[in-house]
Amino acid sequence: MKSYRYVARSKSIAARALGDVTMVMSATDSKLFTLDEIASVIWQAADGVTPLNEIVANKICTQYDIAPEAALKDAEAIVEDLAGHGILLLSDQPLAEQGNSRGGTL
Amino acid sequence: MPGVTAVAQSCSAVVEIGGLPIRLRCDDPAFVRQIQDRYAGYLSSSNNAKFDFEIELAPPGTESGDEDVHVAWDSGRWLMQRGDFRAEWNPSTARGRIQQTNSPYSLDSVLRIVHTLLLARQGGFLLHASSAIRNGRAFLFSGVSGAGKTTIARLAPPDAALLTDEISYVTREEGAYLAVGTPFFGELARVGENLRAPIEVLYLLAKGPQNKIEPMEGAEAVRGLLGNILFFARDPDFVKMAFDTAFDFVSRVPVRRLTFVPDASVWELIV
Repeated sequence: MKSYRYVARSKSIAARALGDVTMVMSATDSKLFTLDEIASVIWQAADGVTPLNEIVANKICTQYDIAPEAALKDAEAIVEDLAGHGILLLSDQPLAEQGNSRGGTL
Repeated sequence: MPGVTAVAQSCSAVVEIGGLPIRLRCDDPAFVRQIQDRYAGYLSSSNNAKFDFEIELAPPGTESGDEDVHVAWDSGRWLMQRGDFRAEWNPSTARGRIQQTNSPYSLDSVLRIVHTLLLARQGGFLLHASSAIRNGRAFLFSGVSGAGKTTIARLAPPDAALLTDEISYVTREEGAYLAVGTPFFGELARVGENLRAPIEVLYLLAKGPQNKIEPMEGAEAVRGLLGNILFFARDPDFVKMAFDTAFDFVSRVPVRRLTFVPDASVWELIV
């Protein structure tokens, strides 16, 4: 059985896109993160209901010349890193309420 | 024997920074005199203080070793705490209480916190920066400890009015950002002049072999600014306000990197 991973932006952040990058500030410790172009694509698509592999297939592999397996592996590393900092929620279940209740971005 | 009338001393002082008069009351007249000395140049005779704080001096030896500031919103009031003070402030009643050691530096810290909270709602902030007014325009020099804030302030020519060598006060009025003098000083130990002017440039400081100015834009400028804004409240709404303000500031005020050698020649570039 195939497992899916879902990602949603935390509520306790402020974020804004600036060109190809996205700046995210954690409200819990005021740490500032600058997401590169690929991480920004994942961030923008992290609606809590779209599985990560779909985000990779539809938003990354269609825009960048990268093999799907390698892209998914990179994406998983990115979301785990961001989740470790508490600015992204990661689950094997949809996260619609958490991800959309307040939007999370400015 | 002629009658003696005891005149009750009004044990308070009104300290007005950035146009926000705060009345500080204390039963100890000697401490009020300390406040008056410490904040000379920022005392207001106004009876219309917008905020009122009652100060209670803690007995010596009651402070703890906790050097971290904790600020939290709880049941309609701000709670502020560090080893040498414990304070609360209710914005809706505009009243607060401070329990602190007999040191104006403790009060200084509480005032910095209160002003960050007040400024955030108005689109302003306190910044780790020295600042000065020259030719009617304000210049900010920001950086972490050791970056050269006090050095730049110390090297300022006579025609520059020093606003602070440590903590700059930035307000937003009618879409423009202004720098305002503060009594918050660093190594220079000199109270800033109580003046204000539109901000011309924010310089992020770096020391180097020669004086040069380089533009900073986009994420780099925002990162540089946010890295030096004073944050006390770990509150999502306040973090978002500061974040929003930083982007707005960078869209309106040029941000540049100023690399300098520590001599007066650097001020030839600040015009």
